Amino acid sequence: MESTLPAAPAAPELRTQRQRAWHTFKRNRTALVGLAMVVLVALVAIFSDTVLIAPLTDAEPTPLLAPYDPTIQDPRNRLLPPSWEHPMGLDTYGRDIFSRILYGARVSLMVGILSVALGGILGVILGLVAGYSGGAAEQWIMRSVDVLMAFPSLLMGLMVLAVLGSGLTKMIIAIGIMLAPGFVRVVHGATLGAKQNDYILAARAIGAGHPRILFRHLLPNILGEVVVLASIWVASAIRVEASLSFIGLGVSPPTPAWGTMIREGVQYLTTAPWIALFPGLAILFTVLAFNLLGDGLRDVLDPKSYQ
Amino acid sequence: MIRYILHRLALAVPILLAVFTLVFLVVRVLPGDPAVAALGDYASEEALEALRERMGLNDPLPVQYVRFLGNMLRGDLGRSLINGKPINEQVAYVLPYTLMLTAAAVAIGTVLGIPLGVFTALRRNTWIDYVGRIFSLAGLSVPAFYLAILLIFLFAVRLGWFPAVGGGDLAQDPVGSLRFLVLPAFTLGLIMTASVTRLTRSTMLNVLREDYVRTAQAKGLHRWAVLLGHALRSAMLPIVSLIGLWTASLIGDSVLTEFVFSRPGLGKMLVGAILQRDYSALQSIMVIYAFFVVVINLLTDLTYGFLDPRIRHSQSAQ
Repeated sequence: MESTLPAAPAAPELRTQRQRAWHTFKRNRTALVGLAMVVLVALVAIFSDTVLIAPLTDAEPTPLLAPYDPTIQDPRNRLLPPSWEHPMGLDTYGRDIFSRILYGARVSLMVGILSVALGGILGVILGLVAGYSGGAAEQWIMRSVDVLMAFPSLLMGLMVLAVLGSGLTKMIIAIGIMLAPGFVRVVHGATLGAKQNDYILAARAIGAGHPRILFRHLLPNILGEVVVLASIWVASAIRVEASLSFIGLGVSPPTPAWGTMIREGVQYLTTAPWIALFPGLAILFTVLAFNLLGDGLRDVLDPKSYQ
Repeated sequence: MIRYILHRLALAVPILLAVFTLVFLVVRVLPGDPAVAALGDYASEEALEALRERMGLNDPLPVQYVRFLGNMLRGDLGRSLINGKPINEQVAYVLPYTLMLTAAAVAIGTVLGIPLGVFTALRRNTWIDYVGRIFSLAGLSVPAFYLAILLIFLFAVRLGWFPAVGGGDLAQDPVGSLRFLVLPAFTLGLIMTASVTRLTRSTMLNVLREDYVRTAQAKGLHRWAVLLGHALRSAMLPIVSLIGLWTASLIGDSVLTEFVFSRPGLGKMLVGAILQRDYSALQSIMVIYAFFVVVINLLTDLTYGFLDPRIRHSQSAQ
């Protein structure tokens, strides 16, 4: 999506590329809204067990937002509808859903960011090598990517999880592996384009080694594309994590994860729909946040938008 | 064109072979013993050994591999570890459900997505455009299983218009089973509509700025002739490739949709196979899915070549 406002004319006093990028970013409403939403989710994830909701030990100061332990059960009040004390109601075990949603932001964000980091690092290295070296290495890497891309991404995640077993770390590895081929393909394409530039020839002429050309000259030039992709793929990683947790391959209970919460709530859709519906809104909000941010970043980092 | 088709076909074969190999290897490194999965934890060692021998698990890996390839090429998917029934029969039963679901979803996505995209591009920066963009971003962000739950909640639980779960009986009562198709098809169809709308809009915006569009307008062609004959026609290329890509990734979402709706299908069979550790079913379903993706990609490439003569000429010249 292009920016909601016409692209800003490049003001001459903005000297560095970074200043120019920030200038464009500030004027892009989509990106700003996305960034604000991402920051909100991040704050919730970081502070959920100390500031926002009651800690697991009761000896801490009064929490700000939801004064309930996400794992404490209140069997007498199970399936209680939303009320002032429990804005999103209680689940089948009488646990406060709002507290669990706040706490569940951790799993989603951790899986989202770490799996993209893993897939991104793998993908950038292999993509750079394939694009820069050419020849047999390129053929091998890119043909392997073709093969891996023959599996729909969710199925790849399922397959890797079936091999590794379930759990948080394994989930991160599975989604990281699932995302890597896509990164390789994009980085490979970008590297092929970037290595035609004169500055690469110049760097080679003054005797720069391959690692230096790769990481000091090529990488910075394709980083923009990688960042945009990373932001959008954090969104899909979070979506996939929720989906796999929903099937029952996710983080084991009682750790609250949004997908698992929906899984537990779906059989009560007729009697207590809040159990399944509220965690889904949290997923939608977070995924939307990263998609908006990625869209905005694409406009900002696209050099054409400066003109 | 024929040379181009042959060229593309020749490229698809090694990929398919590599996919088969990968599935074979992955299933071999899965944790747990398939014989134990089939007979349970308390089976005697003799019974387990006999089953391993019968399933050919004691043979060297290359022998197993050649047999696996042979069976796949003959279309023999083997027997389920859990209930011992031929997997071919199960697949033959569920495949029509999955194909119907996918076809309906692609139809919804295309029929709604392309006109919406063109329309919002023409009404750029009006409130219609903003609503359209919010809708498509939401569609790109919502997980399929959650949209499925929302639709079930609204149209099955609250309004009671459509059944919430099941797939109907496709063989006995094909018309009656359409009622079961509506909600799953719209779950996938709306997600696809979102991305088709988005891409159509941005492609149309680019194309509408082109000189040949202005030329066509200047020589007095009717507005619709310019729009459909010139602008949309050249915008179709990326759209077709996206529809191809999305059909492939729709397969992933269809797994969850079938799971939520408890609708018979390949996806539900796959989840069952994973949860029950039915490795022979898992292996067969992965091969079928990968086969579909390779075929869809091939068809996308061929449509590309058909729509853009430059592509087929540059390819067959190689």
